[in-house]
Amino acid sequence: MADEPTKTTQASLNKKAAAKTAYKPSGVSATGRNARSFAIRLWSVRHSRALEWFYARFADVFLKLHPMWKAIGYQRAEGPVKFVEKHVKGFLFDCRMCGQCVLSSTGMSCPMNCPKQLRNGPCGGVRANGNCEVEPDMPCVWVQAWSGAQQMNGRDMILNVQKPVDQSLRETSSWLRVTASAAASREAAANPGAAQ
Amino acid sequence: MSQADANPLDPSAPLEPLPGHSSHGRLERILRRGEFAVTAELNPPDSANPHDVYERAAIFDGWVDGINAVDASGANAHMSSVGICALLTRMGYAPILQISCRDRNRIAIQGDVLGASAMGVQNILCLTGDGVQAGDQPGAKPVFDLDCMSLLETIRIMRDNSKFLSGRKLTSPPTVFLGAAINPFAPPYDFRPHRLAKKIAAGAQFVQSQYCYDVPMFRRYMQQVREMGLDKECFIMCGVGPLASARTAKWMRANVPGVHIPDEIIRRLEGAQDQKKEGKQLCIDIINEVKEIDGVSGIHVMAYRQEEFVAEIVHESGVLKGRRPWRKEPNPVDELVAARMEEILEEPRQIPHEMAGAVGDSETS
Repeated sequence: MADEPTKTTQASLNKKAAAKTAYKPSGVSATGRNARSFAIRLWSVRHSRALEWFYARFADVFLKLHPMWKAIGYQRAEGPVKFVEKHVKGFLFDCRMCGQCVLSSTGMSCPMNCPKQLRNGPCGGVRANGNCEVEPDMPCVWVQAWSGAQQMNGRDMILNVQKPVDQSLRETSSWLRVTASAAASREAAANPGAAQ
Repeated sequence: MSQADANPLDPSAPLEPLPGHSSHGRLERILRRGEFAVTAELNPPDSANPHDVYERAAIFDGWVDGINAVDASGANAHMSSVGICALLTRMGYAPILQISCRDRNRIAIQGDVLGASAMGVQNILCLTGDGVQAGDQPGAKPVFDLDCMSLLETIRIMRDNSKFLSGRKLTSPPTVFLGAAINPFAPPYDFRPHRLAKKIAAGAQFVQSQYCYDVPMFRRYMQQVREMGLDKECFIMCGVGPLASARTAKWMRANVPGVHIPDEIIRRLEGAQDQKKEGKQLCIDIINEVKEIDGVSGIHVMAYRQEEFVAEIVHESGVLKGRRPWRKEPNPVDELVAARMEEILEEPRQIPHEMAGAVGDSETS
């Protein structure tokens, strides 16, 4: 074994190509690190204003469809809507399906991608280059969130204190939940006596 | 027993409640009186011996107003902060319980808050915590169920509304002075003061900063904080600490998350004859600069593995202005025992078992 030179494999090439940092993650191979891309996530943050505009229209349309959701039944719509939501937001924001979306308060940068899942701002460990303490290859979610929020109309929303994540809502559609609660509050406003 | 801020009946008991104070502790009283407070960080022992804690706390005796009991700092396991605090309160010290969100979920944390408060802990510092990758067991599961902000809010709700996060009632709420950490030295710099505002909104009453080695940067931060009026709403304590050598400084900069050490600091250390002494002097110089900044109410000395220097640093920087913080006084009972020690040893041992004539019974069994 010793007299034969080691053969070059794709894995060894990847290992050489990976940036040298002190970071030695247990679960991520050099191949995996090279393959990870944050381009689309960063694009979303750069276009946070446009996405905010689009989401506002989109939420209105969803609310207009409330009679339809009611006819189908929110329970039954959950499956297909969740599928679409998961893949659309997964593509744009690397969504983790926490089920309680706060993208509009976090500059269109999904806070669940933070290794500490912080929902209230950056931790003290952000590197001087603006990358994550835990994953040095990844731009800090909250540095991105701050820059994204600056372009948005609701730029002060980032200053609200967020409640802890309700883990029982994981893997459910946040679009439908928001629509259902908006519809409920609209109905309560329309006939205030009926709520009691 | 004539010391300020001590319970005259029992040094380990909580103090009398004062109007406008949320805790029965010494640290809050000192800060609210407008005195310059000093806290230090206790290096947690890797042992199950309570005397290791007492010895490490005794180094700070009479020099600090509060002792931080770290919660597995750097994601390395040590004696738990609740355990350390329980030991320290027995002796009458004013510990600051650190809670990090890395290792426990909301159920465990709320239970710990009640337990610690029952043990006499009056100050709690809410932290997010370093990631598990920073420690010696990177394979551990990071919990991060709450974050520091929601942790602050949770404890504030427990204290002020006398309720758990679920809304279930507490029969007697924990009386604690709530703290948080700030790091003005990490990006995004313009968000940092807003984050402090968020922490205050969530319940922070005092904050301790990360190691400050870049005074101009801290000054800029404090400028923004003052413009937002935040220094009036919470007590800001600046974190300082001696560097053992230029090599340690470089290592810390590269490996400890969130520590920012400018190049000129390292150059100053490298140029010195005795780097350890220079590191101490540097720390004193930084203290002398930050104590003059408006809105700074105290310092937090983190002298990791150089705890013996804390007294010198505090003394030479003169931040106490002649004030003498609480110090442990010898227990009068211990003195009595010490005086009678020889007499006690000479006395024949009285074994109640033998006196009752039950010797035979115990030998056969």
